[in-house]
Amino acid sequence: MVTIQFNGKTSVVPEGISVLKAGTMTGTKIPSLCAHPDLKAWGACGICVVKIEGSPKMVRACTTTVVEGQNYLTHDPDLVETRRTVLEMILSNHPNECLTCARNGCCELQTLSAEFGIRDVPFDTDVKLLASDLSNPSVQLHPSKCIACGRCVIVCQDLQDVWALEFLGRGDQTRMAPAGDVTLAESPCIKCGQCAAHCPVGAITEVDETRKVWNYLRQNDKHVVVQIAPAVRVALGEEFGLEPGTIVTGKIYAALRRLGFAKVFDTNLSADLTVMEEASEFLQRLTTGGTLPLITSCCPSWVDYLEKYYAEMIPHFSTAKSPMMMMGSLIKTFYAEKSGFGAKDILSVAIMPCTAKKYEIQRSHDMSSSGMPDVDCSLTTRELARMIKQAGIDFKNLPEELADNPLGDYTGAGTIFGATGGVMEAALRTAYFLVSGKNLGKFEIEAARGMEGVKVAKVKIPTDGLGAPGKELELRFAVAHGMANVRDVMNQVKAAENAGEEPPYHFIEVMACRGGCISGGGQPYGSTDEVRAKRIAGMYKDDASNALRCSHENPSVQALYRDYLGQPLSAKSHQLLHTHYQPRPLYVR
Amino acid sequence: MSASVLDKVAEPEFSPHLTQFIKDWKDKPGSLIMILHQLQQQFGYLPRAAILKLSREINLPLAKIYGVVTFYHYFKLTKPGRNNIQVCMGTACYLKGGEDLLQELENMLGIGVNQVTEDGEFSIESVRCVGCCGLAPVAVCGTVFGKLVPEKLPEILGKLKAGGEQP
Repeated sequence: MVTIQFNGKTSVVPEGISVLKAGTMTGTKIPSLCAHPDLKAWGACGICVVKIEGSPKMVRACTTTVVEGQNYLTHDPDLVETRRTVLEMILSNHPNECLTCARNGCCELQTLSAEFGIRDVPFDTDVKLLASDLSNPSVQLHPSKCIACGRCVIVCQDLQDVWALEFLGRGDQTRMAPAGDVTLAESPCIKCGQCAAHCPVGAITEVDETRKVWNYLRQNDKHVVVQIAPAVRVALGEEFGLEPGTIVTGKIYAALRRLGFAKVFDTNLSADLTVMEEASEFLQRLTTGGTLPLITSCCPSWVDYLEKYYAEMIPHFSTAKSPMMMMGSLIKTFYAEKSGFGAKDILSVAIMPCTAKKYEIQRSHDMSSSGMPDVDCSLTTRELARMIKQAGIDFKNLPEELADNPLGDYTGAGTIFGATGGVMEAALRTAYFLVSGKNLGKFEIEAARGMEGVKVAKVKIPTDGLGAPGKELELRFAVAHGMANVRDVMNQVKAAENAGEEPPYHFIEVMACRGGCISGGGQPYGSTDEVRAKRIAGMYKDDASNALRCSHENPSVQALYRDYLGQPLSAKSHQLLHTHYQPRPLYVR
Repeated sequence: MSASVLDKVAEPEFSPHLTQFIKDWKDKPGSLIMILHQLQQQFGYLPRAAILKLSREINLPLAKIYGVVTFYHYFKLTKPGRNNIQVCMGTACYLKGGEDLLQELENMLGIGVNQVTEDGEFSIESVRCVGCCGLAPVAVCGTVFGKLVPEKLPEILGKLKAGGEQP
């Protein structure tokens, strides 16, 4: 710990942190723009300048480490004037298009400009007219709006290890783009949308499809149904002034009905179904000497990443579709038959925390197992929030409603899919039951929880359920989140494989985004570890408050198997709930 | 990072020298720029397919390489003309009329700086000091043309086109 001062007021802060972070920790706000707590400091913008008492120089708080005894002056007339000048310079080559920008009202540059009361830019304006890149189904690049803060590049390279984006050129010609005159769709982009989630302005945005869905709702001859993903329920409230992590499931159901959806289903149910299929697939591989470790495949960005970067690992991938796609195919087959609406008269919409889901619905022909697209449109949490606002719905004061049957019930296991480690925990609860013949004594598998980039643990399961009483099975699992954390785990697996050794793990869960879907690329802006922790706490609270904690106990899932699918891994399940993968090039050309 | 098999489309041949050079240097940190120099030497510029191949061989993301390539003016992503005329814009040449030379060349060839004529014969490049300020203003294309005036350019272009002055 070091003792420092902010404007003469003494604080004790950890050694080695930046002045900016020390400010945040001690409640001293230092205006900043390019800095983000998720990312290494880059010192690009110069807004966060401070003075060190005794020195006339200004230094950037984000790249300056705290030193014992120093007194940092975070504001004086000089500093405020300097910050203003920096802002004016940034604005001099930023288009003045706030009213029609996707980030209108939630733009960090706009907020700063408002705080500094900028009314006029005293410099010649030089806005570069660069074409937008609209090639990608999930995110769009609008380079004219880029302020060269570098967040997207650092996210794409350091956090996600994708390397779709890079700084090209130099000086005032610097731009963020895929390597060498290719579009984002032709680049290694995995559509995770973390670039969009971290962009402080409107230079990278999700593809907005709200009007497409309004048009669905306008068609009287269509039966428009919707599903919502686990992680949406702990984040949507933020768009309406609620704390991160507030569980608003009932209000979302109510809002979706008021928007005009005929039926409201819950992706948590198909998460339970995913557990049934994946846990069964796992046990089948375990008992018949199949390819292990089994790797989860719920995350479409991870699927894209694996197909591009680790195509040789495809046999390890669970063939189970993601919960969204399972729900989609059930809506257009099972529900279509049961309700009497033909599949062609149903339009199926999904509300997801994720931008990559927009890609997933068209990933391969397996995504049309009903003969037509199983999910017609996938909206992000942010897009749903906009639709609710457009409709004038008073979200905070909505009554709590229930989801529709037969695809609305869920267990605690289904809901925790939204957090890192959740799929593993849910699958282990059911795998434990299938192997031992009884439920876990304590459902919480703490080793799978938390924000550690890679979590590794073992569980011992009595094998009574497999007809071998008195014995135990030791399962080794790994959980990775944040794409850059996956490499080490994959390399361990490959090394063991090449050496002909037993695999280091039996089961691996991967989620592309840090913290899991709760901070997916389509979630409300402002995800930091603090916000992530709150949303994750919301997920586990939703789990703990559910009377049923294991997917195999979900009565609707049991009924689905009894009445329609037969059993996990049945021919029908394979037809509707499983998929294939294929190697894809990093660069299309 | 392992590249997918599908990437291997129309791979350019690397010369034995280049292949050995890459092998010798790829695991040493900070060697990318040196390798790129060698690559550009073989091809005259940096073809995208060659950078893709290099990216696989030195196990470095393509984006990283492009970041470096686009940062330095020396590296070219487009194929220069058979005669790449470099006009010096160093201080001495600039003061002695380097800009007039550039202007005249642009007019005569109908192309701008860093562009190539349609027949692929000529390209123009604006470069920093080439180190013979006593001869200012200077243009370089295989040989050094010193104390140059715009009036001499038609003759030089004619000779270059005839192939006499190729390096």
